Amino acid sequence: MIPVEHFYYISALLFSIGLAVVLTRKNAILILIGIELMLNAANLNFLASNKSGDVEGQFFALFVIVVAAAEAAVGLAIILKVYKHFKTIDLDKIAEIKD
Amino acid sequence: MTEIVFYFFAVLTVVSAFYILFTKNILHAALALIITLLGVAALYVFTAAEFVAVTQIMIYIGGIVVLIVFGVMLTNDMSGKSISAASINRLSGALIALAVLLTLIYGSQGFTSGGYGKYTITSMENLGKELLTTYLLPFEVAAVLLLVALVAASIVAGNDLKSRAS
Repeated sequence: MIPVEHFYYISALLFSIGLAVVLTRKNAILILIGIELMLNAANLNFLASNKSGDVEGQFFALFVIVVAAAEAAVGLAIILKVYKHFKTIDLDKIAEIKD
Repeated sequence: MTEIVFYFFAVLTVVSAFYILFTKNILHAALALIITLLGVAALYVFTAAEFVAVTQIMIYIGGIVVLIVFGVMLTNDMSGKSISAASINRLSGALIALAVLLTLIYGSQGFTSGGYGKYTITSMENLGKELLTTYLLPFEVAAVLLLVALVAASIVAGNDLKSRAS
């Protein structure tokens, strides 16, 4: 018997690790990885609190996965464009707004 | 037995997530992400959501990780020096993450109902019927969103044909 809180604890740990990655890293791709971790933590919560025999939580998780795929594609396209323009994806060095 | 497997995958997930947080090599971070996603997919199975687990493996590991590795390779100048994966704001980042963690754990104290014991299977037939009846609108919206996002990504990232011709 696995208590449902243990899913919540793992999800909370994953979420805060993802948040720490987003807050402390300078590389744009690592920040995307952190966002993926946070989305996974949210998915785990949706599935853990899903009532057994019900499918609502599963559909929430599926649509989150679809949106995460779209987000990763658009995010990496923007990162590639930034790299072409600035020759770096170090977010500390990309500090100008105008041309 | 179920508990042992569950806590094995839980520890695997959390340890590889910590590895992403602390590693200096961005490619190692992408590889540790694969292990984290596999562990999370295994945890999905314990919540009787095996369809979501398989979807997670196919889309995240088969798609998103490959995209991320491509991104790593395309944004590396190949000049011999390793890619910068330095970290900043370590103390404040750790403090904020710790505060969020404690808040989430404190907030989940109230939900002590139930648990996952024996392995149960969600009927795939039920899942498909629900997807095409109750959840038809989100399904179609997700399809359009994915199409628009992928076309936009290829337009944003792709070479500008006009500027190349001129």
